[in-house]
Amino acid sequence: MVNPNVQGKKYPETAPYLVGREKVREFANAVFSTNPINHDLFAAQAAGYPDLVAPPTFAVLIQERSLPAVLSDPEADIDFSRVVHGDQRFIHTRPIVAWDELTSILEVASVKSLGAHSMITFNTEIFDRNKNLVCTAISTLVVRGE
Amino acid sequence: MTHINIASLEVGQEIGSHTFHFTRDSLVRYAGASGDFNPIHYRDDFAKSVGLDGVLAHGMLTMGAAVQLAVNWVGDAGKVIDYGVRFTKPVFVDANTGADVLVIGKVGAIDLENNTVRIDLSASSAELAVLGKAQAVIKL
Repeated sequence: MVNPNVQGKKYPETAPYLVGREKVREFANAVFSTNPINHDLFAAQAAGYPDLVAPPTFAVLIQERSLPAVLSDPEADIDFSRVVHGDQRFIHTRPIVAWDELTSILEVASVKSLGAHSMITFNTEIFDRNKNLVCTAISTLVVRGE
Repeated sequence: MTHINIASLEVGQEIGSHTFHFTRDSLVRYAGASGDFNPIHYRDDFAKSVGLDGVLAHGMLTMGAAVQLAVNWVGDAGKVIDYGVRFTKPVFVDANTGADVLVIGKVGAIDLENNTVRIDLSASSAELAVLGKAQAVIKL
């Protein structure tokens, strides 16, 4: 069982992640994007963006960088081999674009139990160089009971 | 600005549908792009050893592909300001035949004041819903 006392716990800010143009293209191809602003710099600039726009789920890369701290936290006591992704949401203040340098802070929003299972929800706030909020990624993991 | 006139939309209106064909190549490509190298997404022996029927797609791949329907409708990936899903069933991807994921999009809500539209996406594979409550809010 996940320790309910970690509810509200915040983990240290992650190291900056520089969003590369080719990473945006690679990710866009992987999610079957054909939207020109994910691939073509001129199309992105014509649409008013400073550089290639990342697909709407790209922020998962940043969220993933914030997860190891909590998954390896002995206080949280999460058995990762029993984890299933329950739900996921991304709320954007603005889209992520290439050459953004992003950091994130993860907070445990809630820990609930459902029979033998635990559900743990993380809010990961993602910030740009100027410390402006770009995206809040909300992820719920279900930890199956023994 | 987009080409979509919010006043012409109606709740329940279908915006389109698309069938995404996932193969094992798609899963390896997504693993590389996302950094999620959990072997349940590419190794049958490993998937079976943890009690799964076989290799399954990353939920995040299904989520990322499904929203493309809404992205293509509005024509601008940067207009999706809020997107959430629940993962309800795995998408099993056969080594030879892959898997089809059918995505259908409908107008779920219209907010004239904020100039946003909520697109409700349904995604199914082998006739089973694989995403629940998949909703993308688009800023027009």
